[in-house]
Amino acid sequence: MLQRIRTAPPRYWLVAIVVIFFVGFPTVISSFQTSLWTQALVLAIAIMGLNILVGYSGQLSLGHGAFMALGAYTSAILAHHYKLDYLITIPIAALLTGVVGFLFGIPALRLSALYLALATFALAVVTPSLIKRPDALTGGVQGILVIQPDPPQFAQDTFATVTGTVMSSDQWIYYVALFCALLLFWVAWNLVRHRPGRAMRAIRDGEVAAAASGVNIAGYKTMAFGISAFYAGTAGSLFGLATGFVSPDTFPVSLSIQLLVGAVVGGLASIPGPLLGAIFAYFLPIESNQWVPSQAWIPVQIASTVKNAGPAVSYGVVLIAIMMFAPNGIVGLVNSGYAALNRRLRGAGDRETGQMPPDAQTV
Amino acid sequence: MQEFLQQVVSGIATGGIFASLALALVLIYNAMGLVNFAQGEMAMFATFVAYALVTRGMSYWIALPITLVVAFAGGLLIQRVVIRPVERAPILTLVIITLGLAALVNGLAGFIFGYVPRSFPSPFPSDTVDLLGVFVSYRDLGVIGVSGLVLLGIYLLLQRTTVGLTLRAAAHHPEASRLLGVQVSWMLALGWGLASAVGAVSGIMVAPILLLEPNMMQSIIIYAFAAAVLGGIESPLGAVVGGLVVGVTINLAGAYLPFVGGDLQLAVGLAIIIAVLIIRPNGLFGRAAVRRV
Repeated sequence: MLQRIRTAPPRYWLVAIVVIFFVGFPTVISSFQTSLWTQALVLAIAIMGLNILVGYSGQLSLGHGAFMALGAYTSAILAHHYKLDYLITIPIAALLTGVVGFLFGIPALRLSALYLALATFALAVVTPSLIKRPDALTGGVQGILVIQPDPPQFAQDTFATVTGTVMSSDQWIYYVALFCALLLFWVAWNLVRHRPGRAMRAIRDGEVAAAASGVNIAGYKTMAFGISAFYAGTAGSLFGLATGFVSPDTFPVSLSIQLLVGAVVGGLASIPGPLLGAIFAYFLPIESNQWVPSQAWIPVQIASTVKNAGPAVSYGVVLIAIMMFAPNGIVGLVNSGYAALNRRLRGAGDRETGQMPPDAQTV
Repeated sequence: MQEFLQQVVSGIATGGIFASLALALVLIYNAMGLVNFAQGEMAMFATFVAYALVTRGMSYWIALPITLVVAFAGGLLIQRVVIRPVERAPILTLVIITLGLAALVNGLAGFIFGYVPRSFPSPFPSDTVDLLGVFVSYRDLGVIGVSGLVLLGIYLLLQRTTVGLTLRAAAHHPEASRLLGVQVSWMLALGWGLASAVGAVSGIMVAPILLLEPNMMQSIIIYAFAAAVLGGIESPLGAVVGGLVVGVTINLAGAYLPFVGGDLQLAVGLAIIIAVLIIRPNGLFGRAAVRRV
């Protein structure tokens, strides 16, 4: 055991530090801040789903907000009309959304990347009006209130023993979201390292070559859609839990854009990317909305416009700038920076010993 | 029957608006194999420019050409600054960039002009005229007339002038055109400028019907997608026919299908897109895609 810990690669330590950070975080921040971070984690799950679809399998979906809506409404309707425990409805919503995503993936097989983007974009735009229609079921424009559950006894006891304070409902929901996020990130990490991940990347980089090598194109592409929708459904369900209500306006087309921004900024086809991207995409509008009105030199009228227009402008600029200058996002920047640093350090060592550096490309 | 015909005529008028925007999409698709998700937002921004000119006392018929020139210059500028550096990037990158552009233009319009919906003046009187027993409003006739003129103008430009020929050559055979001395990159920019101007017409035509605000084109662009896809995305004629079919279809569906009503017309647009893509991905006028392995 000690031997294994000593020889663990550095990135495992990084993962451990991040996990410990996220576990301990809600004990030191306010209840309100906790619920914000819950939503950021939820967004990270949805972005991870999008990342599997766009980054690994190369199919562009602009309609993941619609899948989130499906997950959220499944949970809310089950909890509200059928009095199920909300936590039980999360896997149900995730599975249902996953199946729908899988079915959606079948016609998507026939579409080129461009047509798929177009169809999913149209889906995202239409979603709010589709939700409003069956108002007996979905509550129409008002939406459905979600009752946020109190923490169960075992969680309260554990929390009290460790921190000595009483666990709030916000903190409980945070830990539920964190548990789901950890589980789903771990699943994604395993998925992309093994056969399905290799197959999806092969399809993305050269469909014909992949087919010639015996990869089941249709199978993996629809599977990617299904898994991706499963993630989005989980995220949607948790989103309803975190915000306390679901309504058609919770899922506008800009939500799908926000997911795409997160995936692109963090770095497509990477595992830490969605987390970083979610934190960026979620907190950028919130922080800028707090910062701008607090500046005395900005007139009030302009400040209120910035509040409305700010997210769209900054998302737009960020999307364009990242795609132009750093297509691999934050993770890509960090990786290339690390590689450059490594090269430089190695190079310095070589001049002293006169030896060729070992190949750094071994994975 | 008479009511039916009236619905058809007003469907043709909205269809003309969709056709203009769809034609803009087709122009850019033909130039670089890309669907411009920012087309609607660019049109919305141009409409705001027209609004600013008209509310400052300028005559509508002077403001219109000025706006088109501004829109042309804007499209050209966007192509030079944002699109040109990534011309050869994968399609995924380009689509994401046009989406970013859409968000950016939408936000800028909100920043400059605000989010309060404004009523946009129509140059046509709002009374109706009896046309062979069908009552048609002058506004619908005006919209049909202006859209028709624009579409005719684009047709003549593409088919009957040297510029149009060069434009088509650069789009279809960039390598050969370059060898013959065509500045392909500038032709693409010209395509973006033209598309932007044509799209602006649709924005200006639709603004009196809807209210002018930054999200005005969000539903129109979906209908334009439907029109372009129905027409086979690479055919200008297809875009026009597709626009008219979509316009008439959603009008009739809104009037005669109680389930659809006013608020699910957009869903009809989505249904058209999905149905065409599944049943006949090349649309009515498109060629079957041939893929080189």
